[in-house]
Amino acid sequence: MSEHDDEPVAVRVRRLEERLIEAGLASDAELDGFLSQLYRDAAPVNGARMVARAWTDPEYRALLLADGNAAGAELGFDRMSYQLRVVANSPAEHNVIVCTLCSCYPVSLLGPSPSWYKSFPYRSRTVREPRSVLAEFGVTLGDDVSVSVWDSTSEARYMVLPARPAGTGGLAEDELAARVTLNGLIGTAIV
Amino acid sequence: MIAVGTRVRARNIDRDGHTRLPRYVRGHTGEVVAVLGEWALPDDSVRGETRLEPCYAVRFPAAELWGSGDHTVTVDLWESYLERA
Repeated sequence: MSEHDDEPVAVRVRRLEERLIEAGLASDAELDGFLSQLYRDAAPVNGARMVARAWTDPEYRALLLADGNAAGAELGFDRMSYQLRVVANSPAEHNVIVCTLCSCYPVSLLGPSPSWYKSFPYRSRTVREPRSVLAEFGVTLGDDVSVSVWDSTSEARYMVLPARPAGTGGLAEDELAARVTLNGLIGTAIV
Repeated sequence: MIAVGTRVRARNIDRDGHTRLPRYVRGHTGEVVAVLGEWALPDDSVRGETRLEPCYAVRFPAAELWGSGDHTVTVDLWESYLERA
């Protein structure tokens, strides 16, 4: 990039913020307000609620897979700044998401990304040897299960719809949502 | 617009500056599995130019990308990154 590469990220971010403020495009208060709202509202419990609804409502599941943004809006998540694409695990297919170019994923539904998701080994190995990567996360798949990797290179953001665990027939929707983990939504865990 | 099901090849280009065409798919053949929408081409956006282009989800077999492996990798690619295979 430029001569700024060796500066700490925080310094470069602050310099950019100052340029925006000088140009009259934003104020410090607006930037702080945006970030604090993002971090307050962005959490994996949001994605988990969508998953639990899909497990209990076939019509919602169909909507979630066809139009993730519309499905999000039904539960009040109507301010997604991306196109949400949801990919469903099944007995025949396991999905896992990655961003090889940076660390894109649906932050408002999953919360801040884990450090490993941004790491070079995860980003480079997941597209090349996903079964090995998944095994390191404790996900061992049979040869009869195909693996689909989704590399988030565009304005679309991917989320995995995990398979509903066996023996959860009697659980209510909020109890089901509590079973759904962040790694389950990324595809690095079975729920 | 390229239809779902069409076989496409990621162009083997190496532009100066920013691009969201990952190096590992360049020159490889896959299949369009979804038309995502029309979005600004990032290569131009970084220069302050807005050029809307269709963007597609393109699925590549691992064996095509790496010579081995039984998984698939689906990558979102703008139309000018692609040519018909």
